[in-house]
Amino acid sequence: MTANPVRATILICLIAVGAALLAGCADQAGMRGTGDAGVVIERAAGRLAVIETTTNSLLHKVPGLGDTSHASVVFSRDERYAFIFGRDGGLTKVDILAGKLVGRVIQAGNSVGGAISQDGRLVAVSNYEPGGVRVFDARTLEQVADIPAIGADGAASKVVGLVDAPGNRFVFSLYDAGEIWIADMSDPGSPRITKFRDVGRLPYDGLITGNGRYYVAGLFGEDGLVKLDLWNTGAGVTRILAGYGRGEEPLPVYKMPHLEGWAVAGDIVVLPAVGRHEVLLVDLASWQEVGRIAVHGQPVFAVARPDARQVWVNFAHPGNDTVQVIDLPSRRIIATLKPGKAVLHMEFTPRGEHVWVSVRDDDKVIVYDTATLEPVATLPLDKPSGIFLTARAHKIGL
Amino acid sequence: MFDRLLAMILCAGAAFAAAPGLAAEPGGERQRELLYRLEQDCGSCHGMTMKGGLGPALTPEALAGKPDDGLVDAILRGRPGTPMAPWDFEISEDEAAWLVLQLRRGWTK
Repeated sequence: MTANPVRATILICLIAVGAALLAGCADQAGMRGTGDAGVVIERAAGRLAVIETTTNSLLHKVPGLGDTSHASVVFSRDERYAFIFGRDGGLTKVDILAGKLVGRVIQAGNSVGGAISQDGRLVAVSNYEPGGVRVFDARTLEQVADIPAIGADGAASKVVGLVDAPGNRFVFSLYDAGEIWIADMSDPGSPRITKFRDVGRLPYDGLITGNGRYYVAGLFGEDGLVKLDLWNTGAGVTRILAGYGRGEEPLPVYKMPHLEGWAVAGDIVVLPAVGRHEVLLVDLASWQEVGRIAVHGQPVFAVARPDARQVWVNFAHPGNDTVQVIDLPSRRIIATLKPGKAVLHMEFTPRGEHVWVSVRDDDKVIVYDTATLEPVATLPLDKPSGIFLTARAHKIGL
Repeated sequence: MFDRLLAMILCAGAAFAAAPGLAAEPGGERQRELLYRLEQDCGSCHGMTMKGGLGPALTPEALAGKPDDGLVDAILRGRPGTPMAPWDFEISEDEAAWLVLQLRRGWTK
């Protein structure tokens, strides 16, 4: 083979151009991970704001999510995709790295939330209309199972409090029927359902403990909650905190409390009381009430800083301009903050140095330093509601 | 005294000018506030497009056949045994009646 200087030169040029292009592409793609990323729902616009928590900035806005009042989000296990459950029955898949909507199905008339399975392959949506759960392939958003929620009374029920549980199971509550169901998705096409009847009146939301063992549903129609031990389902459901209202007439509730953002601090669970301006402290081993703390209004979320030393609480209208910070060891309120009008949600960064707070009516999200309790950043966003950071991808029940 | 008389005359005028069945229509600023509340706060349970959620749909079709006074009563005094709370601490009867009218007209933003 004889050397051809011209060909060699062309080859060298091509390699150089190729390398330059590759480098350019890498920059353009903004080679980054998503471990510090998250999303904020812009509820009125039906839009997703993709943010990052290292410098507290906006990365992308992704429109086209439909009616996002009461929208919630779960993440794929690679933390690249967000699945958004909209009020209008829309299930939307967004690539948060690219800032692009990559899939959307209108899977029901009216829905409230969802969950992703332990193995990350299935996304389940809980629906009000038609009442039930539908399960989708997380990759393609093709439906793989439909679980109509027909209660013992033969009537369709709204479904709430849907969570994932170990064993590739989903657990949820039937609001109208007063039942808790477990769907075992080992064979995704034909879920095996275990039903618990007559658990109590109007279970309005549910949570699962971080170890995936206990499912707890709050009751609206009764003074108490119900618990299901997923390690021992044969024992059935048990009532906990029965009569925590002490027979007093409950106060009106201008926004339903949420259990999903519950706080567990060592052995203590912190729960918002329904119709009472209190949070309840429950011992995780005995499930007995061990105390209660009077707060500013009807609590909506009570969320623990990841080290569980602080619990941050927000409130229903008309107290929704306020956030209170509880020091859990002393059980004292150490700060009453006024972030602005209509504080809807709070989300801690994975190690808890900051908390992101959405203030709907003031069109902003405020990032607080949890040590100084001072704001460190403010992002202008349009009617922000739910805030979801990607660290949720690796937590049972989130 | 004169102020009160003037207020009464003005109120009567407003009632006369308002749609039938309405005692007094809220002012422009208050109307905007009420519609914002309707969308954002009522929308938490009834959906921002009023197609329902944990609470029932409040679309014109859903409300057809339901008398005004029952709906006004639900807004003001709530519905015991359900999560529907009484709003009379910040919404007047006239304002509730005006909201019902907006819902019947299929109010959307």
